Amino acid sequence: MQESSAAPLATFRIFFGLLMLISLIRFAALGWIEKLYLEPTFHFSYYGFEWVKPLGNYTYLLFIVCAIAAICVSLGYRYRLSVLVFFLSFTYIELMDKTTYLNHYYFVSIMSFLLLWLPAHRYYSLDARRDPSIASEKVPKWSVDAIKVLLAIVYFYAGLAKLNTDWLLSAQPLSIWMPARYHLPIIGPFLREGWMHYAMSWAGAAYDLTIPFFLWYSRTRPLAFVAVVVFHVLTRVLFSIGMFPYIMIVSTLIFFSPATHQRMLDGITWLGTRLKIRPRPIHYGSGRPVHFRQRLVLPVLYVFFVLQLLLPFRYLLYPGELFWTEQGYRFSWRVMLMEKAGYAQFKIVDGATGKRLYVDNSEYLNAFQEKQMSFQPDFILEYAHYLADVYRERGFTTEPEVYVESYVALNGRSSQPYVDPEVNLLQFEPSLRNKTWLLPFKDEIKGF
Amino acid sequence: MKKFLFLSLAIVAISFFGCGDDGDSKPVDNFDRSVMLINWADNIIVPAYEASVASLTALETAAQNFRQDATAENLEAVQTTWLAAYRDWQRSGMFQLGKAEELLLIEFMILNPTDIAGIESKIAVGNYNLDLPSQTTRQGFPALDYLLYGIGADNAEVLAAFQDAGTGEGYREYVLAAASKMRQNMETVLSDWKNGYRDTFVGNAGSDANASTDRMTNDFIFYYEKHLRAGKVGIPAGVFSGDKLAGNVEAFYNKNVSKELLLVGLDAMQDFFNGVSYDGAVTGASMNAYLEELGSTKSDSPLATVINDQFDEARTVINGLGNDFAQIVDNDNISMLRAYDALQLNVVNIKVDMLQAMCISVDYIDGDGD
Repeated sequence: MQESSAAPLATFRIFFGLLMLISLIRFAALGWIEKLYLEPTFHFSYYGFEWVKPLGNYTYLLFIVCAIAAICVSLGYRYRLSVLVFFLSFTYIELMDKTTYLNHYYFVSIMSFLLLWLPAHRYYSLDARRDPSIASEKVPKWSVDAIKVLLAIVYFYAGLAKLNTDWLLSAQPLSIWMPARYHLPIIGPFLREGWMHYAMSWAGAAYDLTIPFFLWYSRTRPLAFVAVVVFHVLTRVLFSIGMFPYIMIVSTLIFFSPATHQRMLDGITWLGTRLKIRPRPIHYGSGRPVHFRQRLVLPVLYVFFVLQLLLPFRYLLYPGELFWTEQGYRFSWRVMLMEKAGYAQFKIVDGATGKRLYVDNSEYLNAFQEKQMSFQPDFILEYAHYLADVYRERGFTTEPEVYVESYVALNGRSSQPYVDPEVNLLQFEPSLRNKTWLLPFKDEIKGF
Repeated sequence: MKKFLFLSLAIVAISFFGCGDDGDSKPVDNFDRSVMLINWADNIIVPAYEASVASLTALETAAQNFRQDATAENLEAVQTTWLAAYRDWQRSGMFQLGKAEELLLIEFMILNPTDIAGIESKIAVGNYNLDLPSQTTRQGFPALDYLLYGIGADNAEVLAAFQDAGTGEGYREYVLAAASKMRQNMETVLSDWKNGYRDTFVGNAGSDANASTDRMTNDFIFYYEKHLRAGKVGIPAGVFSGDKLAGNVEAFYNKNVSKELLLVGLDAMQDFFNGVSYDGAVTGASMNAYLEELGSTKSDSPLATVINDQFDEARTVINGLGNDFAQIVDNDNISMLRAYDALQLNVVNIKVDMLQAMCISVDYIDGDGD
């Protein structure tokens, strides 16, 4: 077993926990717990996770539990338990309503799952001080590499996804998004230049595809990290993407040498002494070899990574244009690829009498949910079933049929009819099967 | 270092290649949103509010005269000024920003159907507070519609009810109270625009969800969908309930002006889209101009033209309707539904195609993307 310094894992654990805490506080402070989870009467579920719903006022408790777990992860206090609680609570929050799906939330979920299997608490942690028998200045090399590999997959796959004709040849969607930000200082005037949209599209694709390699090799690493900072700060300035840039910037620190990480930890210690915090020293190397349960962990990690490599390609199992049908779109690092908007007018028909009405979506969904629903077929189907229940309950009809007239515009193209308006959606149950009731995309996008 | 330089050079080289690709030459977006906001504020919104304040003041004055002297002439003056103010409202109702949003102006002005029993019992008791949000269905234009046209079978009976020794004064008092409340609300909104909000509005020329362009455009769409398309046509025609609701038409008791009011509202929305000033004299920066600047098309026609054509088409269909919408709903609902469909077609053009071209998000929650 190759060993390496435990310092990189320790700093990663500390910063990851800290950033998660900040993210959760920010989320609550912006009032999003109420807006996204408590105010809506209906929530969109992931297939197979229909039982995961907001918990009423206990939702606050869930966020508090998650935040406490993040603090414990950062401190390395009862690490395995706290990272497990963090993983479960955070993932539960994300599963409550898929309207809020973001790739970076998914990243946090699987990263915390990965951390569950890594010995990130053996060094510079409360656990190590509490129990010297687990304290260790060395960890298996694979445990640090696992994080690097996951980051490399995220970047590389995000780059692959950009290799399509919309992104490269039409500079879409950046040529829609960037001009709108023309009022920004300094860069603003350039954002309306056509060449700038192409430059940013191509540079973005090149960045994503190559950055893991440039970070991996020590000679290119410092400049690569500068590129990471510039890239993510730029995306933060241009788009409203919350905490994601900071999470990625901090995560890529893992690529730096153990010495650099040790200096960061020494910095934290120094900061502690300035604040008059002088914890008892931790005793490493009590003599006994430290046990890492490799036989159990490595197979889990292999399966995890194979899944990570395959999952983004599951879209190949479906016919039709991925951007149009979105079958296999999520959980695949397809980031910032589409400007998509839709409009969906649902019609409820009484199968017995033929009496009909149109649905005012704002009665059941908030603006954000309605927007997401209008161009994602799994949302449309789930909502159609919900509407049938509502109108059955209201006594409008015992034999409802639900039809939708919908239009979707993708990456600057004119809006086109989206769902077959003649199809009673209730004939189909939510499933992973191909959605035959979608109308074909009247254009072609080539690429990954 | 060398590799980094090489990479940068490669990126620059690649980007030049990208830019040389003239496959779809998009016109550069040189549109200045703040010029549009100034046009909206100074040439459309504030003049519309000024006109509304003036016509509501005239209504209030007429109501005062009528309260003191319940003559047929004075009643007619109230009715005429009510209609003039109602028409002006069609041009000032869509701006649900600032004080108008804060005061729930639209709810106090046009909540339909009006609560007749509530109004009658308030008048009988003679004690009411129209400031309360719970009283929104008992005031505004629909309440006056009932009082001015609905408390008797014809104008003579209405006048008689107002002249009645027992109840007449209470009715007249209520008409005045409702008119005053409307004038006050509108004045509050206007003075807020004149004392600071105009600059706030014009200054917020950015592009996030709370920027003025995004807010106003969303308000425009919301008003079009909710109040013009649904409120004036769809809901009475039973589009959303499956059952016809003739009582929900605008000016239900007047019976003569629902079409007129709808047409003014439609004109107002099309004029706003085209940046036409309130007095019709100037055409300034607008959504139309923005779309032209962006070179947006739909099915090979300029998107702005597609939208204007659909406005015109809807107007043609509506022009074919009779004046009394309640009667149409009862006897010929199919033509009401046709008007709804004509209005509906522009929702997709505006809400999907236009918003995408302008890069405006339909939700007010300024959430994270990725």
